[in-house]
Amino acid sequence: MSHVVLNETAHQQEQGYEDAGSLSLFGFWVYLMTDCILFATLFATYAVLGQAVAGGPGGADLFELPYVLVETFLLLFSSITYGYAMLANHRRDKRRVLQWLGMTFVLGLGFIGMEINEFHHLIAEGHGPQRSAFLTGFFTLVGTHGLHVLIGLVWMAVLMIQVQQRGLCCVNSTRLSCLSLFWHFLDIVWICVFTVVYVFGVI
Amino acid sequence: MTSESQVHSSAGASQSSPKAYNVGFLLAALLTLIPFGLAMYPSLPRSMTFLLVLACALVQIVVHVVFFLHLTTAREQRWNLVALVFTVVIILLLVGLSLWIMYYVHYNMLGL
Repeated sequence: MSHVVLNETAHQQEQGYEDAGSLSLFGFWVYLMTDCILFATLFATYAVLGQAVAGGPGGADLFELPYVLVETFLLLFSSITYGYAMLANHRRDKRRVLQWLGMTFVLGLGFIGMEINEFHHLIAEGHGPQRSAFLTGFFTLVGTHGLHVLIGLVWMAVLMIQVQQRGLCCVNSTRLSCLSLFWHFLDIVWICVFTVVYVFGVI
Repeated sequence: MTSESQVHSSAGASQSSPKAYNVGFLLAALLTLIPFGLAMYPSLPRSMTFLLVLACALVQIVVHVVFFLHLTTAREQRWNLVALVFTVVIILLLVGLSLWIMYYVHYNMLGL
């Protein structure tokens, strides 16, 4: 009798865990939606200020599309390698999860390195955010995305240590799912960035 | 019982296959190359290029949401979808109205 009750409580706890995991995921999803609105305000600002170059260089003079194409593909590749990490997570294959996460980390690092290099070049040539309203909007929008990627990378590094030490327990699995949403979301924001800022800036 | 355990498969956590990721990746790669190609080798009228690039971006966003975020219209993901639709409405209002207002501000200031 008591055995049955115990079993049931254990089962309920397990159910609770699962619900807590999916609730965390939903909460994180709601956070991402608010982050979308943050980016929407920055896009609106950029769109309004985009023509205000104050006699300085415009998008067509500054942006190099092949360079941005490489950045875009680094981020796209990192999206699919994270996807493979999630598949390995479903199979409970810790070694593969860590391998794919490591690869995602390197690709993300490549992306952020290229972006910092681009910013450095622009600022070194005197096209910093103080040059014109257009450049202020550009640095704010692209910089905020870059900051998100950087935070995602720190999170990924911490998560790799946690998975390494404690394995793919349910808490780590939920964390992996949250970071998955975050990472794919950042790639979606980047689609808007390269379309609105870089491609529209050049055509 | 079954439906309760299904709750776990909310967006991002659902079981999926490598195939979904591969198909999504190929579509996303194609939808990235088209706008960059159109911008780097301009051959169409400007407004046409503009619309094509915009269309590619919108389709690619849908591809990412479906193949990478695994958002579906399933019952257990209804609230994820509701939140997303609400956010899209807010974004359209925010960006659309900002541009509309600022355009007419510019337009009316030209007379000064």
